Amino acid sequence: MTTPLIYGLAGVLLVCLGLYGLLAARHVLRRILALNVLGLGVFMLLVSLAARAWPVDPVPHAMVLTGIVVAVSATALALALLRRMAQDARSGRLPEDREP
Amino acid sequence: MNIDLASASALAFDGLLAALIVWLAWRLLTVADLFRATVLFIVLGLLVALAWVRLRAPDLALAEAAIGAGLTGALLLDTLRRLGPQGAADEAWPLRPTPSRVAGGVLIAAFGSVLAWSVITLPPASSGLAAQAMVALPDSGVSNPVTAALLNYRSHDTLLEVAVLLAAALGVWTLDAEPAPRAAPVDPVLAILVPVLVPLSIITGAYLLWVGSKAPGGAFQGAALIAGGAVLVHLVRPFAVRATFGVRLLLGLGVAVFALAGVVLFVFGAGFLTYPVAQAGWWILGIETFAMLTIAAVLVALFAGSLTSRDARQGQR
Repeated sequence: MTTPLIYGLAGVLLVCLGLYGLLAARHVLRRILALNVLGLGVFMLLVSLAARAWPVDPVPHAMVLTGIVVAVSATALALALLRRMAQDARSGRLPEDREP
Repeated sequence: MNIDLASASALAFDGLLAALIVWLAWRLLTVADLFRATVLFIVLGLLVALAWVRLRAPDLALAEAAIGAGLTGALLLDTLRRLGPQGAADEAWPLRPTPSRVAGGVLIAAFGSVLAWSVITLPPASSGLAAQAMVALPDSGVSNPVTAALLNYRSHDTLLEVAVLLAAALGVWTLDAEPAPRAAPVDPVLAILVPVLVPLSIITGAYLLWVGSKAPGGAFQGAALIAGGAVLVHLVRPFAVRATFGVRLLLGLGVAVFALAGVVLFVFGAGFLTYPVAQAGWWILGIETFAMLTIAAVLVALFAGSLTSRDARQGQR
């Protein structure tokens, strides 16, 4: 049981939670939150793999840094889509999830 | 097996932090109130920044706290406000198990177990690419290995990343659903703090850019800080980032300078974005400076971007 292993397993759990939330959630904002949790899980997995080295492997760190920035831009775009959908259709859910 | 007290307590802390992170993630996905979920998400981001520190990734901790928790949280809260109480309402039991959800959950659990098993069976110590990264570090132009990886070893990735940011800003502009910003009563605490915090954020952001070549920091962290200052200003005096020529120039400058540097090095030098070893540090600093300006501008545009004024849009509809 080492530090990288602990956070690696936590990352795996976050990936599972994020996947489940992404598929099962009804409200689009919750799906976006789940997508971010999924991203955090993947990052945690990458960084914990990198932490097994000494000196620390910098390439996964660069990848995760890129990932954090891309995740925030994807989130911003998804939120803009959500705002537009909520404005046009008056609902925070996708058409297949709305009450009939 | 002889575990000394220091490492046992460190493992206990890691176990506690990891458990807290997983519990927070579960909680934020299942709590009914979306505002509460967003606040939990911001807390989750800050705890993950702590985890980055424990995993010896201080550059990531800086970026996660500023961008992952701070800016993403601000975007989510702003969207919640715009959705209004009706749009932000969700069912009382958000992830209630239905047959299809249980089936999906079983599949995900199976996938998760395979992933966990592969993580457990990995060797506990493995150098990965660390050896090659350290060997090439003196020729890379910087002494921070993460900055070297970002701006030298994997410079093509970073070029495309700045382009992705630009694409996201264009997408937000195109979808624009927000009328002109509303005038809100200014919070008195913010009114006192902002004139102090914003210049500080600009100076600290520039410092992070400069120090990123030798210590944790760099263009992204500096840009996040500057964008944070701009978001603070937006809270006190709302503005909209319209697609004026100056703003478009600022947004395009990062990609343009980066790509231009690559082309110049391709035509006159050793290859696309292959810096000459003696001047590599200056090439990296130059590219990073323009990249920081663009990234800060894009992050602010993602937050406050608005393509047209309300009058122009109502005229079209």
